[in-house]
Amino acid sequence: MALRMWASSTANALKLSSSVSKSQLSPSLDASPQGLKYANSHEWVKHEGSVATIGITDHAQDHLGEVVFVELPEENGSVSKEKSFGAVESVKATSEILSPISGEVIEVNKKLTEAPGLINSSPYEDGWMIKVKPSNPSELESLMGSKEYTKFCEEEDAAH
Amino acid sequence: MSVKRVGLPLMNVVKLRGTPILQQLLLEERLLRSSSANWCIVNDGTNLPNIVMGLSGKPCELVELEPVIRDQVPVIKRFTGGGTVIVDENTLFVSLICNRNDVPDVQPYPRSVMAWSGSLYSQVFNGIGDFQLRENDYVFGDRKFGGNAQSITRNRWIHHTSFLWDYSESNMAYLKLPSRVPQYRLERDHTDFVCRMKDYIERAGFIEKTIKAVGTQFMLKELSFDEIDDSCREHLETTRLLTLDELKETLAKTTQNESIAQAV
Repeated sequence: MALRMWASSTANALKLSSSVSKSQLSPSLDASPQGLKYANSHEWVKHEGSVATIGITDHAQDHLGEVVFVELPEENGSVSKEKSFGAVESVKATSEILSPISGEVIEVNKKLTEAPGLINSSPYEDGWMIKVKPSNPSELESLMGSKEYTKFCEEEDAAH
Repeated sequence: MSVKRVGLPLMNVVKLRGTPILQQLLLEERLLRSSSANWCIVNDGTNLPNIVMGLSGKPCELVELEPVIRDQVPVIKRFTGGGTVIVDENTLFVSLICNRNDVPDVQPYPRSVMAWSGSLYSQVFNGIGDFQLRENDYVFGDRKFGGNAQSITRNRWIHHTSFLWDYSESNMAYLKLPSRVPQYRLERDHTDFVCRMKDYIERAGFIEKTIKAVGTQFMLKELSFDEIDDSCREHLETTRLLTLDELKETLAKTTQNESIAQAV
C-alpha cells in the first residue's frame, strides 16, 4: 500500500489560483529548467551520480491547479518506467503520476505531507517527490531535454 | 444511421437502479483502470444511505463520527478526488469514463474535463432553472444540486457526478461543514446552499436527456451489468469501505486530542 501523505490546507499553504501564470512565478520557472530530463507525461528527472530526483513539471502543476494532497510510495519500494507511483489531488480530481525511470525509491519528500502546495510553488525544487536509485540509467536517454519539452508543451496546448 | 454519427467513438451505456454505491464505485474504478472502452454508467438511486468521501478525506474532519458509529452508517473512501456526500435512493449518479483520444478537444486535466462536462449538461438542462457549472458544482442559479469528482490516468479519465434528486435533512446531519467550500457558497448554511433537482426536471426525463446528450458525441451501445467483462481484475483498487474499528479509533483519537487541547 502506498504511503498516504496527508495534506492539510494550512493558512501558510501557498494559495495559487488557476489564473496564476508562469510569468508570476520565479523567472527560473518560466521555461523548463536546463539539466533536467522530461517525460511526455510531464514529470521531470534530475540525475546526479547514482540518484535521480523526480517531480512534476511547472506545466503539469499549472494545469492541475492547487494541489491539496499527495500520495507517494514507500521508501525502499520500487518504481517502473511509465508506471504510476502515486497521485496528486487537485480541484476535485486525483491524477496519477508516472515514473520516468525504473529503480528503487530511496527517499520520499515528507514535506509534502503538510505542504502539498510546494508542488505548485516550487515544482522543480522544494516540490520534488521521490529520489530513486536508477536500475537502468539508459532509460534517461529516451527522455526529452529542456528545449524539446518546452516545444512539446506548446504543441500540446496549441492542439486544444 | 445519420451521416454525422459515422466515425463517432463508441460508448457503452450501463443503466443501473438501486445498485449499492460501493459496488458502483468499485465497478467504475475497475473500468477506468482495466478497460479500454468508454463507459457511461447511470445509477438511478442507490439502495441505502452511505457516506462517500474523496481520496484524501479524513473522517474526523468531514463526518459526525458519534452518530455515524451509533447508526452504523457506512463510510466509503472513493478513488476520485473531491468532497464528501451522503447518498441514498434519492441520489442519481452519472459517470463518464473516456479514453482521452476519443475526446481529443479535452486535455486530461481537471478544469478541461470539468468544462467539457459542463457543456454536456448544458444540453441536458437547456432552458431549465438557470443551469450552470459554477466553480466545480452544477447549480440552478446559485444553489448546488450536483457535485463532481474525477480521476485522471495517463490515457483515460472518469468524471462522475452525484445529483441531489431529493435529500433528507436528517441524513445531512451526519456530515460536518467542510473546511474547504466554494467561494460562491458565501456564508450560507446547507439548506440555503443546495436545492432539489426534482423541483426542476422529471427523473426519467433527466436520465433520457443525459444519455441523448452523450449520444451527440459518441455512438451508444447499451449493456446490462451482467454483460460487463469482469475477467481483468489486476488493477490497483483504492476504493474501500472504512471499518467500524477504524471509525471508533478515529473518534477515540479525536476525543483525546480535544481533551488535551482543552486542558492546555
